[in-house]
Amino acid sequence: MNLKMKALKKSLWVYHLSGGSCNNCDIEILDCLTPRYDIERFGMVLVGSPRHADVLLCTGIVNKKCVERIKEVYDQTAKPCVVVAIGACACSGGIFRDGYQMAGPLNKIIPVDIYIPGCPPKPEAMLAGIVKLLEKLK
Amino acid sequence: MTIAYIIACIVGSFFFLSVTGMLAMWVDRKVTARLQFRVGPPWYQNFADFVKLSGKEMLIPAKANIFVFAFAPVIAVLAATVAGTVILLVMRTGFSYPGDIILIVYLLTVPSLAVILGGSASGNVLAAVGISREIKLLLGYELPFVCALIVPALKSGSTTSLLEIIRYQQANGAVIGSLSGIIGFVIALFALQGKIGFVPFDLAEAEGEIASGAFVEYSGILLGLFKLTKAILLIVGPLFLVALYFGGISLNSPAGIVAGILKYLVILVLIILIKNTNPRLRIDQALRFFWGWLTLLGLAAILLALIGR
Repeated sequence: MNLKMKALKKSLWVYHLSGGSCNNCDIEILDCLTPRYDIERFGMVLVGSPRHADVLLCTGIVNKKCVERIKEVYDQTAKPCVVVAIGACACSGGIFRDGYQMAGPLNKIIPVDIYIPGCPPKPEAMLAGIVKLLEKLK
Repeated sequence: MTIAYIIACIVGSFFFLSVTGMLAMWVDRKVTARLQFRVGPPWYQNFADFVKLSGKEMLIPAKANIFVFAFAPVIAVLAATVAGTVILLVMRTGFSYPGDIILIVYLLTVPSLAVILGGSASGNVLAAVGISREIKLLLGYELPFVCALIVPALKSGSTTSLLEIIRYQQANGAVIGSLSGIIGFVIALFALQGKIGFVPFDLAEAEGEIASGAFVEYSGILLGLFKLTKAILLIVGPLFLVALYFGGISLNSPAGIVAGILKYLVILVLIILIKNTNPRLRIDQALRFFWGWLTLLGLAAILLALIGR
């Protein structure tokens, strides 16, 4: 079990899940993959299917249309997996907390392990969040 | 040759091919990263990926045919390993017989067939798109690949035994030194790109558009086995080309082993460079490329080989 957790920490595959975001956080997530930040040096890669994922990066308030989809994707993810709420909307609802579409925040729908606030959070903030995540995985 | 000896050979080459294959995958990722001015992953990255995948939950979709779904990755790994064992045995012990390059060609198509089987057993729509592309791609690259195989076979006195081809080249110079050899090598390189599923021809597992295609429902150790197949193919494919065009690897002296590793690395880096300087093709473009220009070039190379150029 210990070896598996060590391997998991060295190779987190992330899946990008948008729950009705304004796309700003999504663009900042993609910034992490660019040469300036290059999260592949920590073994993280963006994968196309939740079956392959270890980390779900969720952005946006969860709107009413998205609730079923987000639950479905969470069930489809192979466990053990970690859920990260990225941005003010996913953490708390942000400026949309009183909106008629609001069904979240994310932790009402699925269990969340890490919150990274910011509107949008900088890539440095996401990397700091990932470091805390790695400490948590011990 | 007893059955126990053959099984020992296959098990031994399985470990050898997996370890070297994962290191080759790391070379691929590292060179890719350096070409994009990134740092890239550490050398143990693919081992960590495999150990992690073997510890993950293995999900089997409700609509899937469990037997085919679970056995397809095993078949893929076994076929790639046996193909590698045949080539390694030829180079190490000189065990060869007429027609073994045809056997290797058959074995190298089995991983693609296993991907098709596994993808279609998973019952996913995206996997269906992926396998339809994989089938067309398989039909596409096999024709020029066979053309490229005929060239060294003709050059070394019309033989289909890998050992005879290697011996002929060690006596008379490598096939790559002739005009038909150069053309044949270029064709084989592109066909290999399609076989391994690297970028201009990775449309069967396009992450962005069809979410990893045939692998979309795979998770845990089954996905790990498919990744391992790709790693093994990354060793077996270039090694086959080294044997056919560069005169093989002589494993008896240290200088021969170093020269062999250099030959292998040249082909590996060429494959990685093609991967990083080309965009993904559509399936009709890929088929037109394989059945059009590449096959015509292949026929030209065969004609040149027949008249001794």
